[in-house]
Amino acid sequence: MFLKEYITDVVTGVTSLLKGMRKTGYYFTHPKEIITEQYPDNRATLLLSDRFKGEVVMPHDANNEHTCTGCTACELACPNGTIKVVTKFETSPEGKKKKAIDTLVYRLELCTMCNLCIVACPSDAIKMAPNFEHSVFDRTKLTKVLNQPGSKIREGIE
Amino acid sequence: MFSLEGITTNVQDWLLMKFNPTMALTIECVIVILLSISLFALLGLVLVLMERKVAAHIQIRLGPNRVGPGGMFQTVADTLKLIMKEGLVPDKADKFLFNLAPFVVMMVGMLLLAPIAFAKNFQIWDINIGVLYISSVSSLSVIGILMAGWASNNKYSLLGAMRSGAQIVSYELSAGFAVLTIVVLTGSLQLSEIVNAQQNGWWIFKGHIPAVIAFVLYIIAVTAETNRAPFDLAEAESELTAGFHTEYSGMRFALFFLAEYINIFIVCAIGATLFFGGWMPLHIGNWEAFNHIMDYIPSSVWFMGKTFFLIFLIMWFRWTFPRLRVDQLLNLEWKYLLPISLFNLLLVAVIAILGWHF
Repeated sequence: MFLKEYITDVVTGVTSLLKGMRKTGYYFTHPKEIITEQYPDNRATLLLSDRFKGEVVMPHDANNEHTCTGCTACELACPNGTIKVVTKFETSPEGKKKKAIDTLVYRLELCTMCNLCIVACPSDAIKMAPNFEHSVFDRTKLTKVLNQPGSKIREGIE
Repeated sequence: MFSLEGITTNVQDWLLMKFNPTMALTIECVIVILLSISLFALLGLVLVLMERKVAAHIQIRLGPNRVGPGGMFQTVADTLKLIMKEGLVPDKADKFLFNLAPFVVMMVGMLLLAPIAFAKNFQIWDINIGVLYISSVSSLSVIGILMAGWASNNKYSLLGAMRSGAQIVSYELSAGFAVLTIVVLTGSLQLSEIVNAQQNGWWIFKGHIPAVIAFVLYIIAVTAETNRAPFDLAEAESELTAGFHTEYSGMRFALFFLAEYINIFIVCAIGATLFFGGWMPLHIGNWEAFNHIMDYIPSSVWFMGKTFFLIFLIMWFRWTFPRLRVDQLLNLEWKYLLPISLFNLLLVAVIAILGWHF
């Protein structure tokens, strides 16, 4: 009985090791499986995953309109004061006063890409973009204004 | 046809013609020393690069690919860096032993080079107790490792050295038994005779299942003896930083690193000699034409091919298997490898006496 157990031990051990070697041997003999990105060379064709978080951007549509209402939820959600929302009051043609953003200042050098502002935004005005080549020689270049000049809020967004 | 044998005979004839015998012998010694040192340096460069490339491809990576075409000169650049680095000696270390240890480890590697037959009649020293010489000298390397670990005055080094000691001493047994099976089949300890006995077929084919078992045991045991994963407890990066060579830097570290790869080469060369017929070409029974074509491949190419195949096998192990714990390591040796190899040796003795092998 002991001998049987002993032999089964050896056989199962060897087969499981061979299983592992088969897998690694498959990878060794199939170079097409290689997933290395040769980064500076393949800059044009570089593929990043959708959930890669590189910086916060505000998407604008063709009419230069965004969906930011200036509610400052992102500013409140940010743990380290990266976002600063400067609001103003716009007067509509009917004479109604409406709150809107003047500038949305984003300081990349303070951002930890924690995604909390994107989660907090009620109107999906901001999102994470997969850009990662952020190095500059001057720190002030890292302070960005996210809304484009002359942009305004899209109709129907409250 | 290219043969190393012709070159050595020509050199010897020329030296004997020009100088008196003593002088000729001295010059030959110098040539051998230079050749073995350059072989060491070359092997270090080639094997480290090979290891990195094999590791990368097994892990679906590309590996070194920036220095030179396909990263060919990566290890040359690394060696240059190591040569130029400062070799630090810890304050409370035993200076003499600390400096001596890497050279002891290297020296063992150099001594082991002597009886290996690199090609037909191309051997530094065809000693008639070759196998015994190899198994006795290879166990000396543990002294160098213990020396390094103890002299460093560092707890990681000491632990690594102690583990290495336990490991090498226990795995030497099953490696020895695996080698003995071939000695039993051949009836000789001389490496050139072992190779000649495989003229009509390598021992791994001629010796049936016991030879295959002995080969598997040998590969497992020498992987452990050279302190490589999955038996790299002596180094164990995640537990002991770098084990016995934690405190080494610069060229002394490079010597340890080189010694590891030289040891792999040597154990694989011996494995190739014992089980795969050394420089003997592949011959199949009565296929005259096939055998004749195989004879045209130089014997040195056969030897190197087999050795590098075994080295690849050991690298494959390293990058596939997880590291063992100390108790698992000793269990494997004393409860599995040793009883199996003893039984296997008995089986081989019966086969050899009854003449059941081909």
